[in-house]
Amino acid sequence: MSEHCREAVEVLYEYLDDELTEEHRILIRHHLDDCPPCFEAFDFEVELRVVISQRCRERVPPTLVERVAAALGRLQNGEASGPAIGE
Amino acid sequence: MPLIDSLYNAALRMTRNPSDAEDLVQETYLKAYRAYGRFEEGTNIKAWLYRILTNTFINTYRAKKRRPEESDIDDIESFYLYRRMGDAERSGLSRSPEDQVLDQLTETEIKAAIEALPEHFRMAVLLSDVEGFSYKEIAEILEVPIGTVMSRLHRGRRSLQKRLYEFGRQRGLVPAASPGGE
Repeated sequence: MSEHCREAVEVLYEYLDDELTEEHRILIRHHLDDCPPCFEAFDFEVELRVVISQRCRERVPPTLVERVAAALGRLQNGEASGPAIGE
Repeated sequence: MPLIDSLYNAALRMTRNPSDAEDLVQETYLKAYRAYGRFEEGTNIKAWLYRILTNTFINTYRAKKRRPEESDIDDIESFYLYRRMGDAERSGLSRSPEDQVLDQLTETEIKAAIEALPEHFRMAVLLSDVEGFSYKEIAEILEVPIGTVMSRLHRGRRSLQKRLYEFGRQRGLVPAASPGGE
């Protein structure tokens, strides 16, 4: 693993999270263009992130929507909102 | 009702209990409604709602449970999952073995892997990888320094990879052999 590879891996997540400065991002980009092993490893991390965000999803139960709408309605009408959770 | 699917998803990953998640979501909307006068137009309403959600979660649920944090998170190296996937069977498709294993990870496994993370790491990973908040936004939502956010993300993500690898092994998607050369 070269020094460039080491440096790139150091900032792997900042790079993927788009939190690097523009100059730094370009440097890493250049390294990835020149280094297939790093490119593939970074690319896998990107794929993994897509998989996580796509498969960690929920459809809210319709009963919850009704429940919240009713509770907000009561608040709006100035009534008590009922017992808070934990009580 | 804006964002209720995402909020419910986050609430469920935090509480790991559908009934508590529903209560948490309801409480969040009620608090948001009451606090709306303090919301500054033009600022990020999604981050604002998530801040209410996480604060409510911390104040209501976290205080009730004391779980020891996993202590082996520090030892997980970069590209943990990638380095172990390469030995998976090639099936003749054009997708790499690594990507094929990713394709086969189920929703249940992804969610279970996230829920297995200790709370600090779970919340950071949720906010970043599932909800797409920036480091700065996550720092504001969790009320911690940006450096802490980055540290929790680094360690949380690696722990997540280790868990996903274990699922992959259990299902025979990847071999049990240890990876070559470090």
